Amino acid sequence: MDLKAGLFYVFSAVLLFAAFRVVTARNPVHAALYLVLSFFQAAMIWMLLKAEFLAIALVLVYVGAVMVLFLFVVMMLDINIDSVRKGFWRHMPLAGTIGVLIALEMAAVLMGGFRVSEAPKPIVVLAQSAGQVSNTRDLGVLLYSEYVLPVQIAAVILLVAIIAAIALTLRERKDSKHIGASEQIRVRSGDRVRLVKLDPTRPAEPPAPAPAPGSPETKP
Amino acid sequence: MTLTLGHFLSLGAMLFALSVIGIFLNRKNLIILLMAIELMLLAVNMNFVAFSYYLGDMRGQIFVFFILTVAAAESAIGLAILVQLFRNKSNINVDELNTLKG
Repeated sequence: MDLKAGLFYVFSAVLLFAAFRVVTARNPVHAALYLVLSFFQAAMIWMLLKAEFLAIALVLVYVGAVMVLFLFVVMMLDINIDSVRKGFWRHMPLAGTIGVLIALEMAAVLMGGFRVSEAPKPIVVLAQSAGQVSNTRDLGVLLYSEYVLPVQIAAVILLVAIIAAIALTLRERKDSKHIGASEQIRVRSGDRVRLVKLDPTRPAEPPAPAPAPGSPETKP
Repeated sequence: MTLTLGHFLSLGAMLFALSVIGIFLNRKNLIILLMAIELMLLAVNMNFVAFSYYLGDMRGQIFVFFILTVAAAESAIGLAILVQLFRNKSNINVDELNTLKG
């Protein structure tokens, strides 16, 4: 067993353990951290498969951005874990059966009747430069020649995601002292000050005749 | 014993099965459900990279690139919806999300 196979088994073991902890961890923060670990192990396995650019992109984009976003959201929400975890293991027999079935069937097919055991073929993108350009350059050449339209569609998808995320979470604050400049300019003096005509002097009203104190007892 | 394509595909299958188990187990916790979906996409990406290496075709990695893009957009929008949900209902229990039931 050469070094590469040994590394593969180590990375796979850690990856599967981390994935198992993601779905069974009690604390969502721990689940997000285990998800970071599993993505890192997957990136290392992609390194073994000579996909260096994608491995680094997985670490930078996924671990650096998406998982940190997950962590922010997990820490922002105040989740009552006990109510969420109630009846957690109730579905375990069904889930375990289905999971083992999926894994066993696919492994049986892949290891038994799907023998692609010959050595991997070298990647040839440009015919004149076989085997001497980097993985990143191969990817870039294909992306910007043959896959220009999908790249632009991916950019549009990201733009739509940005707009949707902002539009979903943006809300007006009720208590902010925000000043609308256009409303200030458009205001007229009649809206602010109302002039009321009043007489400068008003004749004093005759005082009401107050009953003299002590009189009701003596009158009848 | 050398590594074959079947090893990597089996690893992807096991990862996928684990995330399916996770979706079954965490039927109430929406945020763990999103994480399990991310794990599923990772398993699929693993298969793509393995095929790209063993068949000598760069297009598998290009496809992984686009899957990563779409997954990032999906998780961003999903988390935004989750935050809105938590603001309105003050929990993220999937069982209580039945207001759209006609």
